[in-house]
Amino acid sequence: MTLLDFLQLDLPAGLTAVLASSLCAMLGNFLVLRRQALVGDAISHAVLPGIVVGFVLAGSRDTVTVMLGATAAAALAAVLIEAVRRLGRVEAAASMGVVFTVMFAGGVVLIEQAAAHAVDLDADCVLYGQLEDVLWLAPTGLASLLDPAALAELPRELVTLAAMNLAVGLLIALFWKELRITSFDPALASAIGIPAGLFHYGLVLLLALAAVASFEAVGSILVVAMLACPAAAARMLTDRYGRQFALSLAIGTGSGLLGYTLAGPLLLLLGMDWSLNAAGMIAVVAGAVLVLAVLFGPHHGVLAKRRARRMAGAV
Amino acid sequence: MLADLLAALSFQAGYNTRIVLIGAVLLGTAAGLVGTFTLLRGRALVSDALGHATLPGVVLAFIAGSALGLSSRNLPLLLAGAAASGALAVWLVHLLSHHTRLTEDTAIAAVLGSSFGLGVVLLSVAQRLPTGGQAGLGTFILGQTAGMTEGEVWTMAGLAALAILASVALFKEFRLICFDPDFARGIGWPVQRLDLLLLALVVVVTVAGLQTVGLVLVVAFLVIPPVAARFWSDRLDRILLLAGLFGGVSGAVGAALSAALPGLPTGAVIVLVAGTLFLLSLLFAPRRGVVATLLRQGSMGFRLAVVKALSDRRRGPAAPVSGTVALWLRARGLTTRDGALTPRGEAAAERADRNLALWERLTRTDPNAIPDTALWGIDDATRVLPQATLARLREGTAR
Repeated sequence: MTLLDFLQLDLPAGLTAVLASSLCAMLGNFLVLRRQALVGDAISHAVLPGIVVGFVLAGSRDTVTVMLGATAAAALAAVLIEAVRRLGRVEAAASMGVVFTVMFAGGVVLIEQAAAHAVDLDADCVLYGQLEDVLWLAPTGLASLLDPAALAELPRELVTLAAMNLAVGLLIALFWKELRITSFDPALASAIGIPAGLFHYGLVLLLALAAVASFEAVGSILVVAMLACPAAAARMLTDRYGRQFALSLAIGTGSGLLGYTLAGPLLLLLGMDWSLNAAGMIAVVAGAVLVLAVLFGPHHGVLAKRRARRMAGAV
Repeated sequence: MLADLLAALSFQAGYNTRIVLIGAVLLGTAAGLVGTFTLLRGRALVSDALGHATLPGVVLAFIAGSALGLSSRNLPLLLAGAAASGALAVWLVHLLSHHTRLTEDTAIAAVLGSSFGLGVVLLSVAQRLPTGGQAGLGTFILGQTAGMTEGEVWTMAGLAALAILASVALFKEFRLICFDPDFARGIGWPVQRLDLLLLALVVVVTVAGLQTVGLVLVVAFLVIPPVAARFWSDRLDRILLLAGLFGGVSGAVGAALSAALPGLPTGAVIVLVAGTLFLLSLLFAPRRGVVATLLRQGSMGFRLAVVKALSDRRRGPAAPVSGTVALWLRARGLTTRDGALTPRGEAAAERADRNLALWERLTRTDPNAIPDTALWGIDDATRVLPQATLARLREGTAR
C-alpha cells in the first residue's frame, strides 16, 4: 500500500466510516436512555422513500434536496406512528413496525422504478452502503492535506458527515442539561417547563439527517447498529450522564476505526488481496464491544453481579 | 400488466406461478395467525431482530455447504442455518433484556444491527469462494419468488402449513398467555415453555418466508395483518381469522404482482399490499376507523348543540344558534319560522334541559361515574345511569 493509495482510498473511506459511527453513537445515547432505540431503527428505514424522491427530483445526489426529502419522510413517519398508535390502540412498537416497514418497502419499489430511469441508486447500496465509492482523487502527496484546492475536492459524503458531527456536537453541548432532564425524567422536565415533546421531535429530525448523511456510505443497517451498540455498551459501564456520553462516543469512534482496519487495510498488510465489507465489520466490532461490556462491566456486568451475589451469600 | 396480474390471480399463469401463489397464501395465513399472538404478547418487534439475524446463519450454511462440496443452493441446509442463527438472536435479546439493565428495545436494535453486520461481512467472504454463485443469496434479503423451484415452494408451503396447524391446535393455550399470563401461571400452565413454542413458530414462519418476503421485511408480514385486523374487532377469534385472511390476500396479490412485474423484489410488493389493507382498515373499519370516528364525533357534536340550543331557551334569553341547528329545529317542528318554540318544542326543551342538568350535576359531583359508553348530555340519563347513581343525583337536586 503506497502513501498515495492511502490518501486517495483508505483515508476518505475510513474517515467517512468513523464519522458515521461517531455521529450515530452520539445520538444513540438519547435513544437508549429514553428506551426508544427502536425509533432509530424506524427512522433509518422510513427515510428511504424521501431519499429516493429527493434523488429523483434533484436528478443527482444533491445533498440538500435529498436531506429535505428524508426530513419530510421522517416527519411523516413520526406523525403516522403516533396516529396508528392512538387510533389502533396498539403498543408503540407495533405501530412503528407497520409504518416503517411499509415506508421502507415503498422506498425499495421507488428505487427499482427510479433505477429504470437511470438514477444511480440501488437497494443494495441502501442496505450495505458503498464505502468503496468514497474516493478522494485530488491528493498527490502529503502536502495535499493542506492544499485548499485539493481539500475542496474531498468527497461529498465525508464533508456532509463532518458537518453533521459538528452540528450535532454543538446542539448537544448547547442543550446538555435539558437533554439530560428530558432523557432521565420526562415528567420532571415538563413540570419545570422544558418542552419534552419538542426535544423528542428535534431528536427525530437529527436522526433523519444522520441516517441520510450515513446511509450512502455505510448503509442503513450500520446506522441501526451504531445507534444502539455503543450507547448500550456505555450504559453497562457507567451511571453518570457525562461519562455515558463520552464512553459511547469513544466506543463508536473506536469501533469505526477498528472495524474499517480489520475489514480492509489489515488484510492487505497480511498480504491478502481482498477485503471484507467494512460497514458490516464495524457493526460486528461494536456488537463485540457490547458483549464485553455486558460481561465485564464494573457494577452492572454479568460477572460483577454474580460476584456481588456470591459475596452477599458468603456474609 | 393488469392482464398478467389477473391471469396469475385466477390460476391461469402457468404451473410455477400457481404453486408459488398457493405457497404465498399459506405463508401469509401462517404469518397472520402467529403474528397476532406475538402482537398480543407484546413481542411484535422481536421478529425484526430475528429476521435480520437469519442472514449470518444462511451465509455460514452456504459457506459450509460449499466447503463440503454440496451444490451451491442446498435449501434445507440454508434454512437450518437461518433457523439456528435466528433462534440464537431471540435468545440473545432475551438474555440482554432480562439479565442486564438494558431494555428490550435496546437489545433488539443492538442484536439486529450487529448480527446483520456479521451477515454482510460473511457475504463478502462468500463472494470470494471459488464456487461463486452467491448471487442466489441476494434474493433472501428482499425476497424474490421468480427463481423459486418447485421443491422450494413446497418446502415453504409445508413449513407454513405446520405453523398454521400449530396455531390452531394451541389456540386456547396461546389465548390465555396473551390475555392473562398470571392466571395461566397460577393454574400451573408452563407459560415459559408456551412462550418459547410461540417464538419457535415465529422462527418457522420467518424461515419459510425467507425466499418470498425476504429477511428484512418478514417482520412486516408478522405485524401488519394483525394490527389491521385489530381495527375490526376485539374478539381474538375474529382478529385471528381476519389477520390470517389479510396475510393470505397480501401473499397472493403480492406474489401475483411480482410475477407480472419481475423486476420488483417480492417482499416489498407483499408489504405494500398488506400496507394497503392496513390503510383501508385504518380508514373504514366500522367502529375504530378514522371515518367512523369522525362521523361519530361530528354527529355527537351536532346532537349536543341541538340539546344545548333547546335547553338555553328555557334558561333565559336564547343565545344565537348556528344555521344548521336552527334549520334542524325548524324541520323537526320544534320552532316556528321566527325561531320561537312550538308547543312540541316547549316539551322537548323541558326534557332536554332536565336531562342536561342531570349530566352537568354528575360531572360536578362524581365525574368518575360517567359511563364510557354513554353520550354525555344526549343519552337519557335516567336510562343509561345505574339506579344508585341516579338516586344520589336526585337527592342532591332535592336538597
